Amino acid sequence: MTALMRKPWIWSFIATALVFLTTILVTGGASMAGLAQATLTFAAFSVIVGIGQMLVITLGPGNIDLSVPATMTLAGTVALKLMGVEDGMVVPGLLVAIGIGVLIGTGNYALIKLLRIPPIIATLSMSFVVQSTAIWTNRGLRIKPPPVLADFTTSTTAGIPNVAIIALILSAIVWVLLQKTVYGRWIAAIGQSIRAARMAGIPIDGVRFVTYVLCAIVASICGYLLASFSGGAALNMGSEYLLMSIAVVVIGGTAVAGGDSNVPGIWGASLFMFLVVSMLNTYGFGAGVRLILTGLIIIAVIMLAGGRTAGKR
Amino acid sequence: MTQAGSTQTVVSVSEAKVVFGAVKALDGVTLAIRSGECVGLVGHNGAGKSTIVNVINGGLSPHQGSVVYGEDPTLGHGISAARQSGIRCVFQELSLCPNLTVVENTRVMHKPLSGWGWRRRGADIIGRKLDEIFPGHGIDSGENVGNLSIAERQMVEIAITFCEIGHPVRLVILDEPTSSLDSRLASQLLAYVRRFVAAGGSVIFISHILSEILGIADRIIVMKDGRVVAERAASGFSEHSLIEAMGSVVKEHRAARVLTDKRTGPPALAAAPVHGRGLAFEAFPGEIVGFAGLGGHGQTDMLVKLYLSLSGDWFGRRDPAAMFVAGDRAVNGTFPLWSILKNMSVALLPDLSHRGLLDEAREQVLGRSWREKIEIRTPDMDNNILSLSGGNQQKVLFARALASRAPVVLMDDPMRGVDIGTKQEVYGILRTEADQGRTFIWYSTEMDEVCLCDRVYVFNNGAIVAELKGKAVTEENILAASFTEVAA
Amino acid sequence: MKKIFSPDTIRLIVPALSLTVLLIAVFYLQPRAMSYTGLNLLFNLAVPIALATIAQMLIMTVNDLDLSMGTFVSFVACVTATFLQASPLLGIVILLAAIATYAVIGVLIHLRDLPSIVVTLGMSFVWGGLAVLILPAPGGQAPEWIRAIMTSKPPIMPMAIVASILIAVFSHLLIMRSSFGVVLRGVGGNARSVERAGWSIIRARAAVYALAAFFAILAGIALVGLTTAADANIALRYTLLSIAGVILGGGEFVGGRVSPIGAVIGALTLTLAGSFLSFLRISPDWQIGAQGAILIIVLALRLLLNRFEARRTRR
Repeated sequence: MTALMRKPWIWSFIATALVFLTTILVTGGASMAGLAQATLTFAAFSVIVGIGQMLVITLGPGNIDLSVPATMTLAGTVALKLMGVEDGMVVPGLLVAIGIGVLIGTGNYALIKLLRIPPIIATLSMSFVVQSTAIWTNRGLRIKPPPVLADFTTSTTAGIPNVAIIALILSAIVWVLLQKTVYGRWIAAIGQSIRAARMAGIPIDGVRFVTYVLCAIVASICGYLLASFSGGAALNMGSEYLLMSIAVVVIGGTAVAGGDSNVPGIWGASLFMFLVVSMLNTYGFGAGVRLILTGLIIIAVIMLAGGRTAGKR
Repeated sequence: MTQAGSTQTVVSVSEAKVVFGAVKALDGVTLAIRSGECVGLVGHNGAGKSTIVNVINGGLSPHQGSVVYGEDPTLGHGISAARQSGIRCVFQELSLCPNLTVVENTRVMHKPLSGWGWRRRGADIIGRKLDEIFPGHGIDSGENVGNLSIAERQMVEIAITFCEIGHPVRLVILDEPTSSLDSRLASQLLAYVRRFVAAGGSVIFISHILSEILGIADRIIVMKDGRVVAERAASGFSEHSLIEAMGSVVKEHRAARVLTDKRTGPPALAAAPVHGRGLAFEAFPGEIVGFAGLGGHGQTDMLVKLYLSLSGDWFGRRDPAAMFVAGDRAVNGTFPLWSILKNMSVALLPDLSHRGLLDEAREQVLGRSWREKIEIRTPDMDNNILSLSGGNQQKVLFARALASRAPVVLMDDPMRGVDIGTKQEVYGILRTEADQGRTFIWYSTEMDEVCLCDRVYVFNNGAIVAELKGKAVTEENILAASFTEVAA
Repeated sequence: MKKIFSPDTIRLIVPALSLTVLLIAVFYLQPRAMSYTGLNLLFNLAVPIALATIAQMLIMTVNDLDLSMGTFVSFVACVTATFLQASPLLGIVILLAAIATYAVIGVLIHLRDLPSIVVTLGMSFVWGGLAVLILPAPGGQAPEWIRAIMTSKPPIMPMAIVASILIAVFSHLLIMRSSFGVVLRGVGGNARSVERAGWSIIRARAAVYALAAFFAILAGIALVGLTTAADANIALRYTLLSIAGVILGGGEFVGGRVSPIGAVIGALTLTLAGSFLSFLRISPDWQIGAQGAILIIVLALRLLLNRFEARRTRR
């Protein structure tokens, strides 16, 4: 039991449980199943983008990907356009989305490495360009997703929303990647000390490049799914997810200084954040309070965890 | 020199002891600096020069003993007390803000320079001081320090330190001040130091250029291993006697080494002379090649350069060509969030995996076998690396390198601060591995260690100035070479 | 001769040149813009952006980045349009509290060694939420005196130009010429040395952040003066615009190398770029992309310039 208590992600799950209970108290257990399903669905999208962002943040201080919402938008837009409401094009659509992720991720790292631009500015500029491309390709009609896909993303299997299942599978893959592969060790090493990593023979450029590409691919997949879920790709579909992707990473217990990633924590944080929002809605608080609370939670978590020198684990 | 009867003690240190873990940085040092004298401070690596300087300028408090500024023991200790007593310091690592101009840097270093018209006043003050010390300097005081050459930055830093704005200057500590200056500028500086001292100021002058020290100092203090081993008027020293004084007081018997010349076949590693100066470097399989000379004279740079050329930025290697053992653990070596086992295996991961997936069982086996072999004192290899003592952490870094199949191991002063027991254990392992064909390039700041090597390259000012083989690898030869300039 | 081509002047040439080229291009496309009213319209909105850019520049001086600039300016706009207009005293108290909060954040980032990106991200939620609480829907009213200033018509030069020049000159004197500004920039250049020289890094950082908040507050007030009403999302793009403005003006992310005049020119250029693109009848779709492309090109140019400089000073 004590070993379980010591795991860093346990706190986000405890908090989630508390908030779930508090919400149920108000509604009197009326729509518990509905609340659970809604929570899982919306948390799933946050989890998917959060995982990509987590990989980048683990690379060390200064590494962050601000092009995630733009990537989501472009991938969703282009994929839907390509699929043209045809069921048979579902897989090519997915492949195109992934291809877009590869391009954007490569572009990001090219800016970072070749032009020596700090990641925050490189991904920021990239997001401008990508967003414009998305707006240009999306001119005019709102294209619907193929029926099979729309169906899939909005329904459940054994009571669990399909998108949540996909998010779970993705989390499992990334967890294995981080815990059980050479690549996972290499990311964590670079995040702790890029200099020591280089002097231990780790190919720092190769690993960073792959990580930025992975983050973009994951964001593209999220865009693909989100556009299908929402019945079309809206141009602002990614805007909420930037701050959310960073927030769930931080609140979930991943070290902001890098070197320590936390996949279960992202789930805990996503569920927690969504439940906080719905609890506030249930109690009648508006968007203002929700935003303030989100911000204070992020700051509180990071204050407690501290930076590299402040907290030792 | 000084006028009789008007000298004051600027600072007096009494039986100062400073200990960092297992290292005795200062082992009972007593000295006093009086007004109107220039004191030269010399010593090889680990002598304690930087430590005593930090004690005097208030950056470090001695763990035992005392430091008194002026004649008043109630003044207290610390950086501000030192500054108020007129003690200033010019370090080797330049401490100017590169984004500010010369005048603005003067402002930062001197709080009282503010208020209306401060810029003109400051420009005036620093301009005149630069003219005083380095006539014909050609430095524009409105220029950004970042745009100046290294020599100009050194000149500016020296000038700023000698400026009197608000507080008087009584003692200036100059740590290798001529290292970036050419001979003309160096002689200008020395001439100024003589004038400053003649007017009643004091200077502590640290330099590895012995001729300089002999020319400028009134009195020379020789340090070794945290103690003052010799102290007399400069006239009582010669370059040769200084080097001798820095050597061992007691010559211990070392076990006779088996001297075999291993230089057969092609070299395992080679490098051309650095920037075309000095000698070339090569190492043959099975050799332990030492890098010696005063600390910071290019040894680490060469090791890093060699390692970077043998490893890639974009792709990992299943068969690494070289391994690097860091001496500055916190910067180059350990991963502070990881366990001991993970720290050890990090360089061997491609070997410990199958198609990218880690074989954790093999990793555990590796950890167990090396824990035994190198005697890492820990109950559990999954404990955090920082739970180990410094010496044991260093052992982990060694195991990381030795466990690989890399034929070359580059070591960057890895034994600094490690206890003697650990050292002996590691020396044995190094010798065994070398006998089996591995090549070691070993930079060490400790004379005893360098003398264990088959061949030694001595560095001075970034270039290799001497190659010592076999019987010639002795402390006297290394010391002499450390202080030899390379033909420019 | 050496002075004229010093790297710092070259740094300023790029933004000044791009502004001039852009201005000429705009006048060519739309000759009517070459008038008093034309110029005022072109550069009106540059005034609050310039103020926000100076604020961001101050944060970058100490090697940090403020991702909450947009929401903070929006918050200030909301406060201005409501409290400052209705009960000025309360409004001033709120704004002073905001300045104090910024100062505390600046110190906490240093003490706990936190990444400024994440902390300011969290704060952006807080300011955004407060803005929504104050003005859930667009509304409020600009105080009369601010309206008067922002719509004033000084002789010869339009208000926008006059204001921009004043902002540039004032911040230049404060940051680049005063003995106070020197210490602040020193913290960004070599904090350890500054500390060793006896200065308190904590006090310096608190001062920088407080000053940044002050400029951002001016930005919010100016913005309301122009738009007469406010809403919670009115200045969200200011975050990215302010960062871009500093970079365009020759500022750097680390090292304490900033240029207030360059930052103002950068802000003017970005504002103009928007109008330029609409005059070219480039669809608004591409305007955001163009801003991103501009940023990338400027940074690439900067890299080349740095390489050129390095080769020159290597003696």
